[in-house]
Amino acid sequence: MAQTSHGVGGLSYDAKKRAWPAEFNVFLALVILIVVFELIGRIFLGDSFLFNTRSDVSGIFNEARLQIIILQVSIVGIIAIGVTQVIICGGIDLSSGSIVGATAMIAMSFAQVATVNGNPNPKAMFLAQGWTDLPVIVPVLVAIGCGLLAGLVNGSLIAYTRIPPFIATLGMMVTARGIAKWWSKGQPISFPTDSFAAIGKGLMPVIIFLSLAVLFQLIMTYTRYGKHCYAIGSNEDAARMSGIKIANHKILVYVIAGVLAALAAVVLSSKNLTAQSGMGVMYELDAIAMAVIGGVSLSGGRGSIIGTVIGSLIFGVIISGFTFLRLDAYYQEMVKGVIIVGAVVLDQWRQRLRALRA
Amino acid sequence: MSDIVLKTENLTKRYGGVHALEGANFELRKGEHVAIMGDNGAGKSTFVRQITAVEQRTSGQIWFDGKEVNFAGPIEARTAGIETVFQNLALADDLDVPSNLFLGREKVLFNLGPFSILDRKYMRKATEAALIRTAVKIPNLSNTIRHMSGGQRQCVAIARTATFASKLIIMDEPTAALGVQETAQVENIIRTLKDNGEPLILISHNMRQVFDLCDRIVVFRRGRIVANLRKQDTDGQDVVSYITGAKTGEAELAA
Repeated sequence: MAQTSHGVGGLSYDAKKRAWPAEFNVFLALVILIVVFELIGRIFLGDSFLFNTRSDVSGIFNEARLQIIILQVSIVGIIAIGVTQVIICGGIDLSSGSIVGATAMIAMSFAQVATVNGNPNPKAMFLAQGWTDLPVIVPVLVAIGCGLLAGLVNGSLIAYTRIPPFIATLGMMVTARGIAKWWSKGQPISFPTDSFAAIGKGLMPVIIFLSLAVLFQLIMTYTRYGKHCYAIGSNEDAARMSGIKIANHKILVYVIAGVLAALAAVVLSSKNLTAQSGMGVMYELDAIAMAVIGGVSLSGGRGSIIGTVIGSLIFGVIISGFTFLRLDAYYQEMVKGVIIVGAVVLDQWRQRLRALRA
Repeated sequence: MSDIVLKTENLTKRYGGVHALEGANFELRKGEHVAIMGDNGAGKSTFVRQITAVEQRTSGQIWFDGKEVNFAGPIEARTAGIETVFQNLALADDLDVPSNLFLGREKVLFNLGPFSILDRKYMRKATEAALIRTAVKIPNLSNTIRHMSGGQRQCVAIARTATFASKLIIMDEPTAALGVQETAQVENIIRTLKDNGEPLILISHNMRQVFDLCDRIVVFRRGRIVANLRKQDTDGQDVVSYITGAKTGEAELAA
């Protein structure tokens, strides 16, 4: 029986007919993907993808695999959170990968130790100035400053010169990569302090990623900032006529995206114990792909952080699944591409179906 | 003067050499619904754009709510209490009804700058109240505007103005793009506004609608106000002859 609820003005509607949230479909896709890998594993390899089959280890699930699935997408996931709110607001950010590179280089140079094995650190950037063995807050603040500055440039260009976000952030992408290479003339920067190295140790990236995801899901749902992101992405003219300060809001959106990319850089360089100018190449596209797979509409106004998190897990499952099936990494990339396009096609079908039903 | 909501004196707007609006003298009293009619290019929309400060007037004065006003822009006019329903709806498609009603002036629980927490319960309650007050029928408030009919969307836009303005509502052809049933729905809202004593300026080409809904009809022709007619003193034939210029208004206005 149809369950009816009452709306305003005596009209009733079928509460069951209400379309489920887009995240549900993405979650369904994740589950299906896991089931497919599980079945292939059981049938062809006699092994389980997710469950524990070893008697010498306790627990129902293969915990090592679960950890890897999420750990390998955590750092790009942090970037994807920032990219998601940019896309919801009707923009795009191509610069995040390069911001990771530049920020990693600059921040790492403030996180180095003075002596390695009793000898002066050969890689220390600021050994002469004595800027070594600094407290961990210094490189972290330097990183946040870098992200903030990059985001401020992106946002101001987009808000005031009104050039398309694609172009503005493309410029930042190239420039920031240049800065990353110039900073140490292409040399890697290594030997961080223990406290800096602790940021990316073990499951810390996962904890940081999920905490930020929860925080931003709440911000996007319950604050004025989030509401205005959706409003601007949905209809910028309407938002302007409603008195929303578009320029200020856009600058803030890109600043947050820049800072999140910078935090990803801290976690990444800490985890790798080194910073290289090539760090974060293609991360911007992976982050955008996670968002798109997670149901974030590239035309703005639709999507959520939860969706992006599920999108990132789909990424993680694919990579782990292919490793589990002992398939080459080449296939991963090919399938990733297919899934990105497929996700958008499916989303558009779903939108059209909903429009027809309404 | 106290019951006059809006008054303009010699309101003039020129675009270069084009005299879009010439010396418009206009008055609107509390609770009054006035229709503005006229041919395309007669100056109706120009007149509204000067009042709502979408454009800056060339000369003339405007009094609103007892004070002479010089709005710098539409947002200032809106803050003062003039709400406009635009021909192109100013709604965000991906937001639900309460979010659209409160767009740009969200009610917050406590202030944290841009990260202020929204008072969603209050906004939902206020939305329901506003929709009931304007007799708008929307089945599900949590649906996004995208999935609503043109009439429902227009109703939401009107309910929005009615929620916040309460001093003056201006509608620029609110039913131009709507079907018969939807038009009736919008007209019902306008009647409810009338019953609530909310003053309104309605730009419309629809003679029947104007006679149904308004107390007074002001006719624009070639940038001038050529007639200011009380509904009971006129008929459709009369209004048409003013619109087309078969009758000129100088005699009546002088009298």
